[in-house]
Amino acid sequence: MKPAPFDYVVPETAEEAVSCLQKYEDDGIEATVLAGGQSFVPLLNMRMARPDVVVDLRKLKTLKYIREEDGVIAIGAMTTKREVEESELIQQRQPLFHASTLEIGHLQIRSRGTVGGSMAQADPAAEYPAVALALGMEMKILGTDGERIVPADEFFITYLTTEIDSTELLTEVRVPVLAEGTGWSFQELARRHGDFAIVGGAVTLRLDGGVCTDPHIVLFGVGATPVRMTAAESAISGQAPSAELFAQAGEQGAAELESPMADVHASAEYRRHLAKVIIKRCLLEATERAGGSVS
Amino acid sequence: MSTKKRISLSVNGKLLEGEAEPRTSLADFLRDDLALIGTHIGCEHGVCGACTIMMDGQAVRSCLTLAVQAEGTELMTVEGLLDENHQLHPIQEAFIEEHGLQCGFCTPGFLMSTFELLEKNPSPSDDDIKEALGGNLCRCTGYQSIIKSVRLAAQKLQSANTAS
Ligand SMILES: Cc1cc2nc3c(=O)[nH]c(=O)nc-3n(C[C@H](O)[C@H](O)[C@H](O)COP(=O)(O)OP(=O)(O)OC[C@H]3O[C@@H](n4cnc5c(N)ncnc54)[C@H](O)[C@@H]3O)c2cc1C
Repeated sequence: MKPAPFDYVVPETAEEAVSCLQKYEDDGIEATVLAGGQSFVPLLNMRMARPDVVVDLRKLKTLKYIREEDGVIAIGAMTTKREVEESELIQQRQPLFHASTLEIGHLQIRSRGTVGGSMAQADPAAEYPAVALALGMEMKILGTDGERIVPADEFFITYLTTEIDSTELLTEVRVPVLAEGTGWSFQELARRHGDFAIVGGAVTLRLDGGVCTDPHIVLFGVGATPVRMTAAESAISGQAPSAELFAQAGEQGAAELESPMADVHASAEYRRHLAKVIIKRCLLEATERAGGSVS
Repeated sequence: MSTKKRISLSVNGKLLEGEAEPRTSLADFLRDDLALIGTHIGCEHGVCGACTIMMDGQAVRSCLTLAVQAEGTELMTVEGLLDENHQLHPIQEAFIEEHGLQCGFCTPGFLMSTFELLEKNPSPSDDDIKEALGGNLCRCTGYQSIIKSVRLAAQKLQSANTAS
């Protein structure tokens, strides 16, 4: 359980980091970026990752910020989950994102784990990628050719794989604030609090004239990436909220899942069952938060 | 490749310098280079919490931090709980009195997680205690005596504060 040897560089700026990565790529040297290390160091320790060089981002203090600009909360990639958890701005303006943060591992993991690291890691059972999809976040990515912005629904490609190229850096995560009147819910089922979820859900919806509008229903832990449950969303759009309707949406959502993951934690069938339960619970809670009541 | 790097940092209030290969974990550096063997190493992937220390005021996993990442930081390890006369900290006293340990392997991590909890929240509820210690595993006690220990530690620290 000790890493294989590697070389270590600590760039002073994001631009320097990116040109380092480009140079290594050109020279055929395998380099990996290190942020909080809470996913990457276990991989090093288990020798599942054996890079030639580790590029440590710890000096990039300019990528540590949380600020609101024009209805978007811009979060620097090196901001820790502890900083998100302790941010009043996020608690007030984006309570769904805040609530999901508290479910990530344990406090001691959140002390060092970063927002950018969770997005880049793209673990299929992780909270942030699902919330990114549900809220329509955007990822700002820096390369030697400059910046580009990738919406969440194009960012997560498959297990542990995102749009970020090996020569690029994720620099900012852009989180829309929760619009007034939007109901939300974040729920997950895990064996123990702090474990990765078996299945979880992130939901937003609005109630206009007594019917559900603009639903966003995203599940995680069910596939290679978080999944937007479009059939469940159509099932409730334009309908008056009711326990029966939401149970139906759960059924539709579960049916919509192609082949839920199966692993030591849960079988595919169990995950399909949990998908149903989570969709229903999330819809009930989001409706209440939107000021509605469920018949 | 992987030449040693110089590291200067503060540990338990003392400025120290050392050298480590980039691949050396902070936990190994503390134990093998700085001879601070109070920090224990269990799972080496962040799950068990035995290696928990304070870094710049927050509890962290020293097995998931490279020694080179600790450059310029302020650390506190379980050794730092002792006062200048080598007397045990009230948290340690409480763990003894309430039998918060049996084999003691996980104890340094529990003590450090408790330390951060009580610094930020001097009178925690049982739920707060469970939340703060949820990332530490113990295979002996069944946890109830640990929770009691933390409750007692909170009382001891509060009465010490009102006395002084
Ligand atoms: C015990 C334990 C429990 C955990 N439980 C959960 C949980 O319940 N839910 C959850 O979501 N996570 C959990 N995690 C993982 C944790 O949240 C990690 O912090 C997170 O996945 C990665 O963030 P990091 O900053 O530590 O990134 P690192 O580990 O440093 O990096 C992760 C990956 O992302 C890449 N990367 C990081 N930053 C950037 C960047 N700015 N640009 C490009 N690439 C980048 C790295 O190269 C690496 O491949 C847990 C971890 C542990 C040890």
